[in-house]
This record gives sequence, C-alpha cells and structure tokens, in this order.
Amino acid sequence: MSTADLTARVRGSLVLARKWHPAEFVVWVMAAAAFVLFPRQLLLLNEIAILALFALSLDLIVGYAGIVSLGHAAFLGMGAYTAGLIALHVTADPLVGLVIGMAASGLLGLVTSPLVLKGNDLTRLMVTLGIGLLMLELANSLGWLTGGADGLQGIAMGKILGIFEFDLFGKTAYAYSLTVLFLLFVLARRIVHSPFGLSLRAVRDNPLRAASSGVPIPWRLAAVYTLSAAYAGAAGALLAQTTQFVSLDVLDFHRSADVMLVLIIGGAGWLYGGIVGAAVFKLLQDWIAWFTPQYWQFWIGLFLVAFVLGGREILHGGIRALVARVSGRRGGGS
Amino acid sequence: MVEAPLLSLTRLSAGYGEAAVLFDVDLTLAEGRSLALLGRNGVGKTTLVNSIIGVTRWRGGSIALAGRDITRLAPEERARAGIGWVPQERNIFRSLTVEENLTAVALPGPWTPARVFEMFPRLAERKTNMGNQLSGGEQQMLAIGRALVLNPKVLLLDEPTEGLAPIIVEELLKALTRLFREEGLAGIVIEQHARKILEITDEALVLERGRVVLSAPSADLIAHPDRLERHLGLGAAH
Repeated sequence: MSTADLTARVRGSLVLARKWHPAEFVVWVMAAAAFVLFPRQLLLLNEIAILALFALSLDLIVGYAGIVSLGHAAFLGMGAYTAGLIALHVTADPLVGLVIGMAASGLLGLVTSPLVLKGNDLTRLMVTLGIGLLMLELANSLGWLTGGADGLQGIAMGKILGIFEFDLFGKTAYAYSLTVLFLLFVLARRIVHSPFGLSLRAVRDNPLRAASSGVPIPWRLAAVYTLSAAYAGAAGALLAQTTQFVSLDVLDFHRSADVMLVLIIGGAGWLYGGIVGAAVFKLLQDWIAWFTPQYWQFWIGLFLVAFVLGGREILHGGIRALVARVSGRRGGGS
Repeated sequence: MVEAPLLSLTRLSAGYGEAAVLFDVDLTLAEGRSLALLGRNGVGKTTLVNSIIGVTRWRGGSIALAGRDITRLAPEERARAGIGWVPQERNIFRSLTVEENLTAVALPGPWTPARVFEMFPRLAERKTNMGNQLSGGEQQMLAIGRALVLNPKVLLLDEPTEGLAPIIVEELLKALTRLFREEGLAGIVIEQHARKILEITDEALVLERGRVVLSAPSADLIAHPDRLERHLGLGAAH
C-alpha cells in the first residue's frame, strides 16, 4: 500500500473517531423530547442542563488534562454575576450577557492559571479552593456591586433573539440552556478529538514523555483551564438569566463539591459523564427530597459513599460493556 | 571531508540532584551519522541521553544542535528543535489509541503517522487499540514511531531491544537500519548487546564512570573486539 493510500486511511480513521455514535443522537433526542414528555418538570430539566454544562467544564480539566479543582464555583459565580450585572446595567439581551459572562470567567481562568498549574494535585486542590473562597469573600465585600448577602435582585431578561420570552414554567429557559449546552458540547467534542485534545490526555498520562515529545505543557494546560473557566462562566450566566437572580450561593464551596460529585457519578474523561452525572444527581436529589424533605442530604451522602466504594465500577463497567456490545454488533465503532 | 556536527556536546557534566553522574563528556554527531553508546550498567549512558533531552541537572558544559545552543532549553523546546527520544520504559500514553499516540504529538515534516504505519505494518493493524493493549514489541515500535512523527534531526534510543523476543529484535534492528542507512537519520542508540548495534551504526562511544573512555568507528570495534572487551568485559563484543 502506498504512503498516499495510508495517509488517506489515517485521515479517514481520524474523521471516523470524531463521527457521532447513534447512541449520542439518542441522548440529545431524548433531551429534546423531554419538552413534550415532561412539561411539568422543565424547571428541573433546566437545572440539569446547567449543572451538566458546569460538569462538562470541570471534565475538560479533570478528565482530559488531569487538573483537579475544588474551586470551580469561582468561574460559575463570575459568569453568573457578570451576566446579572450586564442585564441590570447594560442590556437585557441574554446572548450578550452569556458571551460577556463567558469572557469574564475565561479571563479569570487565564489570570489564575499560573497559580493552578504549578505543583501537584494536593497543591492544586488547595489553590483552587483558595481562589473559590477569595471570590466568595470578594463578592460578599463588594456589596455596592454584587448586592452582598442580598444578591443581585431585579434582574429582568429580554427575549432571546428578540423572539422567545422567558416564562414561569421554564419552557424557554430549558430550550435556551439545552441549546447552549448542545453547542458547547459539540465544540468540546471537536476539541477533545483534535490533536490539541489528544495532547492534553498525553500530558495527563505522562507529563515528562509529553514534554519530551514537544508538547508545550504550561501553554496547553493554561489554554484548557481558560476554556474550562469560560464554559463554567456560561453555566453561571445561564443560571443567572434563567432564574433571574444571583446570590453568593453561586460561589459557595458546595457548588464546587457538587460538580465534582457529578463527575464522579457520571465518570470523568468522557464528555457524557457530566450530563449523565448531572441527571442522576439532580433526579436523585429531587426524589429523595420528595419523600424525606428534612434528611435528604443524609441519603444523598449514603448513596455517594456506597457508589464511590463499589457502585461506580458496576455502573461505569456496565455502560462500557453496553457500548462495546452495541459497537461490536455494528462492526466496531469509535 | 569533515562533516559539520549536527549534535555536539562540549565538556558536558550533569547528574541528578546533588549527585554528579557525567563528567566533561565530549561528543559530536554529524548529519546522517549514527552512534552506539556503550558501557556497563550504571556508567551514565541513560543520564547522557536524559541530559540531551533536558531532564537532568546541568552542572557544566554545553549542548548544541545544528549550531544552536540548546543547553538551557526546556525538554519541549528541545523536542521542537529536533531531538526525538525513545525512552527505555517506552512510556506509551495508555489512554490513547495507537493512532492517537502518534497524532497527539506529530509535527509537520516527512514523517507522518501514515509513514510510521508503512514502516511498522503491525502497528497499522492495531491502530485503534489502546496504548496499554500492546505487546512489548508493539509498544517499542510505537515509541519509535512517536519519536519519528516529531520529525527529529537526531533520534535517541535508550535500549530499544531490551526485554523483547529475538524475532521482534530482528524486526526493530531492520527498522533502525533503514532509518540510519536509507533514510539518513542521525541517531544515538544505547544498547547492552554491543555487537548487534555496532553492525548498524557508524561510530561508537564507550562510557565508564560518567566519562568517555573510548571513541572509535563501529567497524573498527567489530574488527578488533578486544578493544571493546577491555572496557565491557569478555564476550561483550559478541
């Protein structure tokens, strides 16, 4: 076989690796069908979509680049406050707020990346935790801007594209959040399958080998950290715009912890992990709170302990086996 | 005619932490030439290669590649300058497929993943397998391929045949012969089995306790094995 033929085959198989698996279409069709199937649960579904986007942002750094973080809420909060402030003082156009919210969080990610990229996992955990706490205290002390403990009130969003008005039932909110989630997911999917995304996994697997293969590790990690921050900012902006309220809660530690749990449940290092994890986490939270409103956190905690100790392997192993089986039947997929 | 050195080490001293391992090592490698780096265990062969790729502690001297001083460059900058490294441990990226291992680091140039597959058809058959699903020989082929797609000026190989079955060793040596003899790639190979590697290299350098004790054309050492045995022990040249 000639080199030209081989090159064509290599290109072909790279394209194939980026190709959508039928199961993926099912996920997104189901998400869209939820509109019709669960019209009374659209507010909950909107929360799931936002949490999924937040988890997707964390997965980009944890699952693909091996950067652990306990302060990802800093970027969620930055996006939320920025979008809220834009709506209050500049324009009520949701898309403008979304883009500026993403940019602000991305900028925060870029500025803080040198602090995070040095050191080992424990250092990173402490530094990210510290950045999260700093942002929380900053938002608390800048009451003239953020509303302090009272939060940003009186946010009124305009129509999306001048057509779709936010409603009380979450119809527009869910459609908006799901669309943004889908578009950013497609972009993330493209990125993780690109040579840039592959090099991130190479860095996670073996930093020394990656460096000696010419991968500029600090720049690559700073880039993905910034991208991840922008994604978290988008989740924050969606949260602010669809709930029309921003409080210090968006910067609270529990947000960073929750999103880490979501990734643990769904599995890090595959983009659907955040979506699956967000759905399971939110539905579980909702279901447990329904039958035991006072002690739901106890049951969530118990579930997580059991899940991390044993159930995770069973669930993830089961999903992988199912995918392998389906792929096998189709003659081998990506 | 004196060929211009592609890689030159001048009085290079290096080590790890407080420990000095290499002392005043001089080495030159011309374009298209290959060099066998020989010596007993623990004499500093791997440290020498590690110093060229930039992961040891520099203690003195200089390293130049194609006339450019790379002594103070970070490993990734050296790789981009043209140093390709095949480590002893192979260090395959385990969560990437064979093909992804190549495309993740490939730089523009004549060596593409497709050319690597042409050179190692065994890898082409397993291109969708994960890095950790390969045999030792396949991992070594992938490690060489991954260094080649960087399109290096100099290829450094640290014991490429270590722990491999004889049939795989033959296959790898054929590939290295092609690289050095037909493709004209410059390279340094560390090898315990001197005879095997002397046959496919142009020059040889023997280290003892971190110093160069012998530098000679490989053909001379094949013709006069006693010179080598003096440093490596009886039977080392076979």
